[in-house]
Amino acid sequence: MSDPTEDPASTEDEQTEAEQPELDTTEDEQTEAEQPEPDQPKGEQTEQSETLRSYFQQMTVIRRFELKAQEMYQRAEIGGYCHLNVGEEATVVGLMDAMEERDYLFANYRVHGYAIARGLDPGHVMAELFGRTDGLAGGWGGSMHLADAESRFMGGYGIVGGQMPPATGAAMAVSHRQEAGPESEAVMCLLGEGTSATGAFHETLNLASLWGLPIVFVVINNRVGMSTPVEQASAEPELFRKAESYRFEGRRVDGDDPIAVRDAARAALKQAREEHRPFLLETMSYRLRGHSVVDPARYRTDEERAELAAKDLLPRLRSRLIEDGVLSEQEADTIERDADETIEQAVEVAGASESPDPSDLFTNAYSTEVANAPRAMPGDRVITL
Amino acid sequence: MPVISYREALNSTLRSEMQRDEDVFLIGEEIGTFEGSYKITEGLLEEFGPKRVRDTPISEEGFTGIAIGAAMLGLRPVLEYMTLNFSLLALDQVVNHAAKIYTMFGGQTAVPMVIRAPGGGGQQLAATHSQNLEVWYAHVPGLKLVAPSNPADAKGLLTAAIRDDDPVIVLENLSLYNTKGEVPDGDHVTEIGTATVARQGSDITVISYSRGIRTALQVAEELEEDGVSVEVVDLRSLRPLDRRTFCESVRRTTRAVVHEDDWLSYGIGAEVAASVQEGAFDFLDAPVRRVAAAEVPLPYAKPLERAALPDTDDLRRVIRDVLDATSFTGQEKS
Repeated sequence: MSDPTEDPASTEDEQTEAEQPELDTTEDEQTEAEQPEPDQPKGEQTEQSETLRSYFQQMTVIRRFELKAQEMYQRAEIGGYCHLNVGEEATVVGLMDAMEERDYLFANYRVHGYAIARGLDPGHVMAELFGRTDGLAGGWGGSMHLADAESRFMGGYGIVGGQMPPATGAAMAVSHRQEAGPESEAVMCLLGEGTSATGAFHETLNLASLWGLPIVFVVINNRVGMSTPVEQASAEPELFRKAESYRFEGRRVDGDDPIAVRDAARAALKQAREEHRPFLLETMSYRLRGHSVVDPARYRTDEERAELAAKDLLPRLRSRLIEDGVLSEQEADTIERDADETIEQAVEVAGASESPDPSDLFTNAYSTEVANAPRAMPGDRVITL
Repeated sequence: MPVISYREALNSTLRSEMQRDEDVFLIGEEIGTFEGSYKITEGLLEEFGPKRVRDTPISEEGFTGIAIGAAMLGLRPVLEYMTLNFSLLALDQVVNHAAKIYTMFGGQTAVPMVIRAPGGGGQQLAATHSQNLEVWYAHVPGLKLVAPSNPADAKGLLTAAIRDDDPVIVLENLSLYNTKGEVPDGDHVTEIGTATVARQGSDITVISYSRGIRTALQVAEELEEDGVSVEVVDLRSLRPLDRRTFCESVRRTTRAVVHEDDWLSYGIGAEVAASVQEGAFDFLDAPVRRVAAAEVPLPYAKPLERAALPDTDDLRRVIRDVLDATSFTGQEKS
């Protein structure tokens, strides 16, 4: 492959320290809770190393899942739209690690990685992409609409901004039933930077602030909404500042640094649950691929492609962990091989799962029995007296 | 049974359902301190407090989605739009989210919410405030849509809607709020998805709903004096639609007119007429006719608005036409 963005995972050899992008952070100080204890620097470092090793492992699984999803799409096992998290894995694992089990997640449509990092079985995620009965939504939702109510993953939403009002409603339900406090539930709502231009964004930030709701809005700023750069879409391209006009806190964080993302999200969730106030977190990421699997991203120049390849966080993290002695080359290879195996198994699970039976078409039409519910298949007589 | 107004029936139903289930809460513009633009929520803020009677800013999309999210977590929101016209600001939330979430996520998360809104013309409110948009919602699977025509059904259908685990739109009509009728005491639930024969007759069936039922009943009484026996079917529920009840009626009477306040093309009447064709064709002695609003944005000026909306004269004329029509066999009706 001549195009360096075609396979981000293969560019690791080209990485050098000098090529690392300047990170677009305006606030990168650590929160108090994460300051290394002066008398225990070593333990802190070990803990951080373990965390990074675990993140590298998860990020590798997500990357391999996405590359496989692209392949399966090209093989027509996956239909519809398919938006990948390639390039955003650090944000994905950092955000999901910050969430407690009791917290609720509402997401946009670029959601595969979040489902996996939330702990859902990659096989069930892949099965949903395949449209099979073992999929998270039994094949009803597809790539954009993964959901698992049991783990309080309240769904991916295909309409830009559509998830924001329901997510805010979940936060209202929480505040309706619970006092603020360390054990309170909180809601995380994921959105892309393009969403910040919608009316739903404005209305929900306003309402969440007025009503003091425990919600963290996370803008995953991957710099470009389809082909439109954020600077052309938002009069205020520093999106976290939009919180100011609603009188709550916003913060920007390096989305390539999973620990920074986790710490920022954890602090935001802590504030949300303990003070019942919203928070706007902006993670600065790079979408290495096109908007969806069918977008060749022709709006990018060759120069931009090369830059993006150099910014690929996964090979950079691998190199860093090896340099820091956290991982050996062999261990890193093993993690990657294991990830491949996990994804192969996921594809097997998905492929072995049955396709939904057309006779189940009306099974989920309504949640209760309802008189005269329409159940005619196309071409059936509607009235038989 | 006490005689109360449609407005009082809605108000007392909200009160009793909020007393019965503490998960029920109200959300909308001006429903608290102002007690609702049409006073449907009168006294409820005082009784239940601001947490359960939640005034919102002018943010239809925002508070509609908030009701959806709250319902996903098990609360039972009853949302009020000041008028149905304002629901258009929230159409994405209603059509793409309230209607879809349960099915799209494979039946994992129900959305037990109610949307109440007054619609309809006749108040000289001009084009943007006089619409009958029921067909927009009736078209969408995943939603339920009811349109009570009298105070008893207002109570029965709103009660059923609040207790329902799916999103239900309760379509009210501005001109019905002050109308009165007998309303059963105590628990009164009208099953969603069922029509009713509001008046029995033998010569012709008029199928209608909401305000149209008043028009139909009035015409039926007038025609009774002329020896014409009109049966009136009140659809009550526009989704699901109880086709069996009106088809059975038409099989008995052999003639049908559909009366509606919304625009003719693609309207509720179009669906009903098509259903009659499928369910009662062999029994028909004349083509099914529709009486509906003229297809213009509703005018402000009184004579223009009156001309645009179907009234008793229009319905009476069309019933006469159908009764005078020759049958499909080409023979005059004897």
